Amino acid sequence: MTDTPLLHTALHETHVRLGGRMVPFAGHDMPVQYEGILAEARAVRSGAGVFDVSHMARIMVEGAEARALLDWVHTADIGEAMPLGRARYGVLCNEAGGIIDDGIVYRLAGERFMLIANAANAERVYAWLERWAAERFRAARLENVTREVAMLAVQGPKAVEIVAAISDFDPDSVRPFRIAECSVQGRSALVARTGYTGEDGVELMPASADAAWLWDLLLERGVVPCGLGARDTLRLEAGLLLHGSDMDSETNPIEAGLGRFVALDKGDFCGAGPVRAAAREGTERRLVAFEMTGRGALPRSHSPLLADGAVVGQVSSGGYAPTLDINIGLGYVPAGLASPQQRLQVDVRGNLLDAVVVTLPFYSRPRP
Amino acid sequence: MAIPDDRRYSKEHEWALVEESGTVLIGISEFAQAELGDVVYVELPKVGTQVTQGGPIGEIESVKAVSDLFSPVSGEIVEVNEGVKANPELVNESPYENGWLVRIKPDDPAQLDTLLDATQYGALTA
Repeated sequence: MTDTPLLHTALHETHVRLGGRMVPFAGHDMPVQYEGILAEARAVRSGAGVFDVSHMARIMVEGAEARALLDWVHTADIGEAMPLGRARYGVLCNEAGGIIDDGIVYRLAGERFMLIANAANAERVYAWLERWAAERFRAARLENVTREVAMLAVQGPKAVEIVAAISDFDPDSVRPFRIAECSVQGRSALVARTGYTGEDGVELMPASADAAWLWDLLLERGVVPCGLGARDTLRLEAGLLLHGSDMDSETNPIEAGLGRFVALDKGDFCGAGPVRAAAREGTERRLVAFEMTGRGALPRSHSPLLADGAVVGQVSSGGYAPTLDINIGLGYVPAGLASPQQRLQVDVRGNLLDAVVVTLPFYSRPRP
Repeated sequence: MAIPDDRRYSKEHEWALVEESGTVLIGISEFAQAELGDVVYVELPKVGTQVTQGGPIGEIESVKAVSDLFSPVSGEIVEVNEGVKANPELVNESPYENGWLVRIKPDDPAQLDTLLDATQYGALTA
């Protein structure tokens, strides 16, 4: 780490005022928790919670070649098949098929798109887009609006009705993986029906100047303030990968189990050759999800994974799943050991603990 | 937060309470549980284990971190709190009462005098 001062989101003063426990995260001073990670996670599973995710990068891509640029750098089908107001998840690959970042592309208008990148990768992703815009897609314009626009993720079974009650957001038209403009008591914001918790909910993007006002308005409606700790717990329960832990530039989307987010049959895209080869021929290692067979020490990132006494890989994410009351994890093992029911062991500080491979997600919300 | 003045404290945030029978009950402070956050796993020594003052006696794991537990006194473990093994959140909910961790038969009760009293511990964590 360098001595660069930590960045503050538009909600920083709010977090401090509310007693959030602030920690450095991806160059930002962010709340890891308020009341407590488990209480916040439970609030999101049972009601509604709000997370400041303004540290994530919001990059606008506009112009005649905006779509072509995104189709080149992102694995989803951004082409003709993506209607207005839609959102698609996918990854950005380097030429070798390694994952530079993952993120959602939103189509806001005819030739106007937004890409949300992870905070830790913000500069890398922006530079990557700039490079390709300069080399191949000169009619695409980029604008980083991360500082001007805030982002509040309102998540949980009650999130949608609460946001609908304070705005003109219409849940029947802005269905999951859609985005629209809305007005919250006269102040405009983008409302995206997306998130990173496994619950229904929205991500609200108001002007940064309106962020604290909107946050307080949500809290008045009973939404629970949540920190990044609960966000990590919830995303792991939902089986959602974290870039930098569960995938990186040495990992291709096929071995990360993200094949369904790669439009293999679309036109050429960066990294298509290696990714298509991986999809066709399989990969040596695979991401697996595992459950520990007993409560005990937690599997953590970098804990060795063993099969029949031999180290075969390592944990990429792990922890306690409060909704399921079990310990869970993700990790990489040889493809032959990646099938459900496979017995593994996790070496946690010298103790070998039993685990079994399961299918993702660990948790999926009850659906009507 | 009130720091009970019926017991002694280590700089590592354990407390030690001398009981009528002469055994010493060990736990972690309110300050320590708040710093740790939600406790999800507690590893404690077996009954009969000999421990030394300042030596490791287990670990306490929260959602985000793992911390070693150190014994504030030398002696023999005569009981461990099975309640916190089954319900680790007891450490958060009741660090000074139901969330106690181990009971030790001390080798030398005078060792308690080397620990901080409530006022000194309060100053340490202020």
